[in-house]
Amino acid sequence: MITIENLRKSYGKLQVLKDVNVSFEAGKVISVIGPNGSGKTTLSKCILGMALPDSGDIKINGESVLKKHAYRSQIGYMPQIGKYPENMKIRQVIEMIRDIRKDVTTVDEELIGLYRLQEMYDKRMGSLSGGTKQKVSAALAFMFDPKILILDEPTAGLDPISAEILKCKILKEKKRGKLILITSHIMSEIEEVADEVMCLVDGNVKFHDTITEIKAQANEARLSKAIAKIMNGED
Amino acid sequence: MSKIIKYVFYDIIRNKIVLAYTLFLLLLSIGLFNLGGSPDKAVLSLLNLVLLTVPLISIVFATTHFYNSYEFIELLVAQPINRKKIFMSEYLGVAGSLSGAFIVGVGVPVLLFGASLTGFYLLLTGVFITFIFVALAFLASVITRDKAKGIGIALLLWFYFALIYDGIVLFILYAFADYPLENATLAMTAMNPVDLGRIIVLLNLDVSALMGYTGALYKSILGSLWGIGLAFGLLLLWILVPILSSRSIFSKRDL
Repeated sequence: MITIENLRKSYGKLQVLKDVNVSFEAGKVISVIGPNGSGKTTLSKCILGMALPDSGDIKINGESVLKKHAYRSQIGYMPQIGKYPENMKIRQVIEMIRDIRKDVTTVDEELIGLYRLQEMYDKRMGSLSGGTKQKVSAALAFMFDPKILILDEPTAGLDPISAEILKCKILKEKKRGKLILITSHIMSEIEEVADEVMCLVDGNVKFHDTITEIKAQANEARLSKAIAKIMNGED
Repeated sequence: MSKIIKYVFYDIIRNKIVLAYTLFLLLLSIGLFNLGGSPDKAVLSLLNLVLLTVPLISIVFATTHFYNSYEFIELLVAQPINRKKIFMSEYLGVAGSLSGAFIVGVGVPVLLFGASLTGFYLLLTGVFITFIFVALAFLASVITRDKAKGIGIALLLWFYFALIYDGIVLFILYAFADYPLENATLAMTAMNPVDLGRIIVLLNLDVSALMGYTGALYKSILGSLWGIGLAFGLLLLWILVPILSSRSIFSKRDL
């Protein structure tokens, strides 16, 4: 569904992505892992067109997305740190996005209900805690039933119950044939929801395999140990 | 695009600075018209004050607004909307609301106390100046990510156009006083939208008779309808060049 070819991106002299070649299939949950600063967020920003790659191409369903914008209607994005206009209320933000996306007929409000966001509709975005902002981000990402979901450290600020709700939602959407990209550092969580793991180190794809394959390769029962073994083994 | 402009408007109306700006202009204009003398005199004093304050307020307000709506822009960029559209909506929202404030604040008193062609030119010039300085503010904002630096550049631009430029022109006029400078001054005027606006209005007042040879030249060129059209065309260019270049910088930038 998404094909990335020879993607390079640098910020000034710092080369963040060095020749990334990878493809993701629909109906899978792919977890993007890697040390801090290895280019995970940059990769998702490139797919979204928020960061513009220096060279290479990103294709969704065979069509290049560079310098286009309509394709974003198929993507739901949940940023690592959601930034919202401070003096807007939750209600206004949600209504504004819905107003902009009026063409979408199926609106998925499940997460708004599960997170009880209606009860906080009149709170200003500036006064919300980090976790509540995450909930708003999650609700917005899933709202328009997108075919692709890009979740950047989705559970990082969430309490265990809310994180559980999100995980259930992710698995539910996967069953409906969506492609879900998750960047995360929590291995147990990855093991729960993901099918494949892609590891970025210094802007290169270190490996991209299914979880069972990774475990078999390293001969470990737990994913975290298996990954640690692979990472250390090659150094 | 109109939808996004609507939300930009909402945001601006909520922070009340534009309301204060309207009241300030309203008080200023009513005060000057009531100070006695002919309406023409009031328009002249109003012109001088407007050409000093409108650029300053437009450029500072637009720069701070741009940086403050970064979150808003980031939110929209992940939606299926063209980046250029987001940028132009921001621009039209800010420039439109500031122009609205100007039209209410200066236009209503002019209409009440001294409706004339000159008053109309004053209004038109003010609106153009607003659009120009908001465009310059957006240019300053896309050049740098740092808010303090951006506001610094914006203030410097205002300083240049409102004060320094005139100093440079005066210096040139004195230094080359022995040469015929009429055409050169005309060209130099075109290089500064504030001066251009001033001359458009001045030429419609009787005071232009006091401006000497250069004034006579101005009058012969800019006094006609064709000349006025040319002057406004130049002002339009002053809007288009900064806003189109900042738009292209914005659409090629990482967010």
